[in-house]
Amino acid sequence: MVIFMAKVMGLTGNEAIAYAVKQCNVDVVAAYPITPQTVMVEVISEYIYNGEMDAEFICVESEHSAMSACIGASLAGARVFTGTASQGLALMHEMLYIASGLRCPIVMGVANRALSAPLNIHGDHSDMMGSRDCGWIQIYAENVQEAYDWTIQAFKIAEDPRVLLPVSVNIDGFILSHCVENVFVLEDDVVARFLPPRKPLITIDPTNPITVGAMCLPDYYFEVKFQQFQTLNESLKVIREVTKEYESLSGRKYDVLEAYAMEDAEAAILCIGSTAGTAKEVAKGLRREGKKVGVVKLWVYRPFPQEDLIKALGDVKALAVLDRAFSFGAPFNALCSDVISTLYKYRKDIRVFNCVYGLGGRDITPMEIRGIFEETLEIADTGRLKEYVRFIGVRE
Amino acid sequence: MVLVEVRWHGRGGQGIVTVSRILAQAALLDGKYAQSFPEFGPERRGAPVTGYTRISDEPILIHSQIYNPNIVVVVDPTLIGKVDVIRGLSPKGLVVAHASRGPDELKKILGVSDVSVYTVDAMKIALEVLGRPIYNTAMLGALLKAYPLVTMDSLVKVIRERFPGAVGEKNVAAIKRAYEEAIGVE
Repeated sequence: MVIFMAKVMGLTGNEAIAYAVKQCNVDVVAAYPITPQTVMVEVISEYIYNGEMDAEFICVESEHSAMSACIGASLAGARVFTGTASQGLALMHEMLYIASGLRCPIVMGVANRALSAPLNIHGDHSDMMGSRDCGWIQIYAENVQEAYDWTIQAFKIAEDPRVLLPVSVNIDGFILSHCVENVFVLEDDVVARFLPPRKPLITIDPTNPITVGAMCLPDYYFEVKFQQFQTLNESLKVIREVTKEYESLSGRKYDVLEAYAMEDAEAAILCIGSTAGTAKEVAKGLRREGKKVGVVKLWVYRPFPQEDLIKALGDVKALAVLDRAFSFGAPFNALCSDVISTLYKYRKDIRVFNCVYGLGGRDITPMEIRGIFEETLEIADTGRLKEYVRFIGVRE
Repeated sequence: MVLVEVRWHGRGGQGIVTVSRILAQAALLDGKYAQSFPEFGPERRGAPVTGYTRISDEPILIHSQIYNPNIVVVVDPTLIGKVDVIRGLSPKGLVVAHASRGPDELKKILGVSDVSVYTVDAMKIALEVLGRPIYNTAMLGALLKAYPLVTMDSLVKVIRERFPGAVGEKNVAAIKRAYEEAIGVE
């Protein structure tokens, strides 16, 4: 295995994604600024203005237009990127389904943020969870390094002819978007070799007109959507292939999920995003005390990696699933619902409870995570669940 | 050095995010791992703000906020008495403050015993060296005097990269002078 020497930079999550986008030779960026994503597209626009990046930046009047422009450019054969957050993603909602339905391999950086009302600019997962069934591949980064690495991998995954689906790379708003961390970046030519120019199968072309997104009545619509459904599920295989290739040039190992200290774990926390790092740090401490705890972090949330999850859980007896968003009125919140659905198929013996945390940027502390581990250990020990859904750090 | 957490106190517009980031970048050059993040939220010029830096020999996994810093750096001298700058400061911690008064006096004002206190008149240095009342970078020199969190070489390199030309050299001079002039009590 050849590991290419890389230089280390201090970048925020937003800057790391922008840097990756520059290296990926993106052709078109259409975006609208929104906190906490603004810097992401601001830096990209600077690259384009300075001549460091040969791309078209389309300033649009809204996120709905941003995604519409991205779809048009993607259909014309361009490599396309956009970034958004919160209300911006919500405003795109309609176009997200069109991007996936038309099989546009767009990559989007999302600095996850709470949804109004009440107005809040801070980090939680309400925005992406609100669009979780939009047919996009959805990846969550734990730290700034992962934000960089996944952005590069996202284009390769999206543009694979077996996939041709849009991908969102999610970073926790402020916690990652505005945090400077060490980032080992690849050389430009290494990225260029990993990600050659896009080779679209069909493109729209004024000299050779075709119809895209034509009306599809009850006689065909179902089949089109069924193909999309199957393709998304089967993309896990491509995602894994891409991570293997990326590992060979970066030395960094990715997969659809990460199992941390899970070998003999009896109790575990499952979560996505930056909280996984804090959970691993707490688990490390508890392991030193001899407690058998581990962490499962999903990198890929859609498609949901069911079989990998079952494998990662090993012999775990109790599991706390952490959700940073409400699914109002649902029995469990989004991530936990998916975990329980998976366990229903494969492992009904694991005791699961759902912890809602960190809404609107409320910090989750190592002490709180320790508390969740201790409760999970107690459940593993006694087999008795006290509550199915708990709320961490909320004043009732 | 396992993990050192620093909290910066200043006011919006004084370059708190900038110095926190410069410190992190210098740590990176030293081959360490670092995080630098602002107090999350809207920026408000003139209002009290905080910035945070984590530095470690090992990769930093934690992504929660900093509640018990090892070091507090007070960039704006008018904050003392108005903002609880020693909130959560860990035992045997360190306060590095921009103050015209000496560390003994400041220690009494802060009412701390198990904490080292360093002071420097950063405004005086900024006016004399930079010719402008911008004293955030000088506080990096005082911090290094109190605790060798990063090497002076790396810090100077980052400053020169961040502020090319004469501005960078003046900031380097301000940092070095603050390093000389900072005095402390254990």
